Amino acid sequence: MKILVAVKRVIDYNVKVRVKADQSNVDLNNVKMALNPFCEIAVEEAVRLKEQGVATEVVVVSIGSKSCQEQLRNALALGCDRAIQVEAEDGPDSLSVARILAKVAEAETPGLILLGKQAIDSDNNQTGQMLAALLDRPQATFASEIKIEEGKASVTREIDGGLQTLKLTLPAVVTTDLRLNEPRFASLPNIMKAKRKPLEVKSADELGVSVSSNIKLISVEEPAQRQAGIKVSSVDELVEKLRNEAKVIA
Amino acid sequence: MSTLVLIEHDNKTLSPVSLNVLNAAKQIGKPITALVVGSDCANVADQVAKIAGVDLVLLADNAAYEHQLAENVSKLLLEQIDPDNKGADAARFSYVLAASTTTGKNILPRVAALLGVNQLSDVMAIESESRFKRAIYAGNAIATVESSDAVKVMTIRGTAFDAINAEGGAALIESLSNVHLSADIEFVEESLAVSERPELTAATTVISGGRGLGNGENFNMLYSLADKLGAAVGASRAAVDAGFVPNDMQVGQTGKMVAPELYIAVGISGAIQHLAGMKDSKVIVAINKDEEAPIFQVADYGLVGDLFDLVPELEGKII
Ligand SMILES: Cc1cc2nc3c(=O)[nH]c(=O)nc-3n(C[C@H](O)[C@H](O)[C@H](O)COP(=O)(O)OP(=O)(O)OC[C@H]3O[C@@H](n4cnc5c(N)ncnc54)[C@H](O)[C@@H]3O)c2cc1C
Ligand SMILES: Nc1ncnc2c1ncn2[C@@H]1O[C@H](COP(=O)(O)O)[C@@H](O)[C@H]1O
Repeated sequence: MKILVAVKRVIDYNVKVRVKADQSNVDLNNVKMALNPFCEIAVEEAVRLKEQGVATEVVVVSIGSKSCQEQLRNALALGCDRAIQVEAEDGPDSLSVARILAKVAEAETPGLILLGKQAIDSDNNQTGQMLAALLDRPQATFASEIKIEEGKASVTREIDGGLQTLKLTLPAVVTTDLRLNEPRFASLPNIMKAKRKPLEVKSADELGVSVSSNIKLISVEEPAQRQAGIKVSSVDELVEKLRNEAKVIA
Repeated sequence: MSTLVLIEHDNKTLSPVSLNVLNAAKQIGKPITALVVGSDCANVADQVAKIAGVDLVLLADNAAYEHQLAENVSKLLLEQIDPDNKGADAARFSYVLAASTTTGKNILPRVAALLGVNQLSDVMAIESESRFKRAIYAGNAIATVESSDAVKVMTIRGTAFDAINAEGGAALIESLSNVHLSADIEFVEESLAVSERPELTAATTVISGGRGLGNGENFNMLYSLADKLGAAVGASRAAVDAGFVPNDMQVGQTGKMVAPELYIAVGISGAIQHLAGMKDSKVIVAINKDEEAPIFQVADYGLVGDLFDLVPELEGKII
């Protein structure tokens, strides 16, 4: 079985973003970029399934400008076998990404498609679901455990009320949650090896998808800042403040 | 042109968050149709019909919908929105809303893709018929976006809208008989947390514990304080990852969004991903032994010290 993994290049999760002075967007100049943490978990899961003999090949795909090749190389260093970059201006909307991924999936015919549950820049949490709908295949979002047996995937999902387990007929789309696994670090030899692994570049046009969007970003602002609070020196003072100043306890 | 709201429920009762979503729908200002999908859920439809502002209730009550699997529910929604399969431009509804919960997030993007439109996730303000605000980058920036899609599909951040009045309405209930049942997906099991305490996202007071609690047993301190305050108990990702508490308690960018009157963070450092889920709380209290912990930058009242001394003392001093 082949596994297709979709990864996104995003701002490193440790970096605090700043809004540009003209409020046109956030400032990504000279900011450290990385693999979206959820995508890293998807890559790790695919590589583990290959190591277990469940998968035979892991193909990683990213849609974006040339700079996302850095993240594709990173995924190759973590154990993916080959990479596809679909050239597009950075920041295509989720529907365009899902349409492109659907075309890639039609050509590659993977048994399992893994995505992150959410990109930590847009916080959209929708691409995997859209892809599953376009392919008319089952989905399991927010996965914390994946077992593959006899053409089916048994997936445990983290839902608001607790945990849910679904059984999906393959091919299927699964999006990863944080507790699915702990990604490894790429070793130096693997980073060197990754440089020679195949990386194919395609264009969205070639795949017959237009990436124009009906969603326009009008402006971006800083969230309301909280007033600086105070330090209280004792539990008594805290209780007094909560009772008489904030009036949030009886 | 009207608005379709997918109602959140557990087949017996309406989830409180639906009242917030209906308020967002009301702000859009078009007639509201509420869709209740489930099994043996006629009760929920009755509750929804009584909500002021709901014009029509559609009820799809069938065993096939018991677990509201996205594959099935999305097709049912599509059939309502675009009955003649003519595309988004000819749709019966111009807005489709659901709560930004794991249920809404699971189903709605599928509906958007089937319709060929985008989805706006976790909307926190309705600015006009086509302009909306939503948080991006873990809440470190607020984007105003404009959608020219013929159908605007949106998940709604419950904490950003007040609840609509649950009484005073008398909408008609119309049953839907068509059933969508995918053979490619099967529900196996569910283990749902049962708690006597209020639900995290609806509670007026939330007490959350972090890695500083040390283990799951120590959370008992928070539970007994919570019971005195009528509070819900949440947790940081680190506390969940370490196995102290189950995943449904995680507050943050990738967990639950909460905005109670009072949020008490105990042994939590205040990483941006945690702040994303609670910094809209009205009053924030932080208890942490590290006076440099970033949580103090958002706390109205900070108490520096050992939580193992301070939490029991606090409990003792609350009536
Ligand atoms: C993609 C991504 C998504 C994430 N999503 C979330 C999310 O949704 N929610 C979330 O919470 N995190 C999330 N995180 C994790 C986040 O970055 C932090 O790692 C996490 O919030 C830290 O949890 P903590 O504050 O409990 O632990 P720590 O950072 O280890 O802090 C523990 C705190 O306890 C204090 N402490 C220890 N002992 C005591 C004591 N005896 N008395 C008083 N204080 C004490 C310490 O001083 C310290 O400040 C995410 C991370 C990533 C990469
Ligand atoms: N430009 C992209 N290229 C490849 N995969 C993407 C891209 N954008 C989103 N994805 C995938 O979709 C997941 C969810 O993203 P989102 O729906 O935008 O929050 C990510 O974790 C990726 O797996």
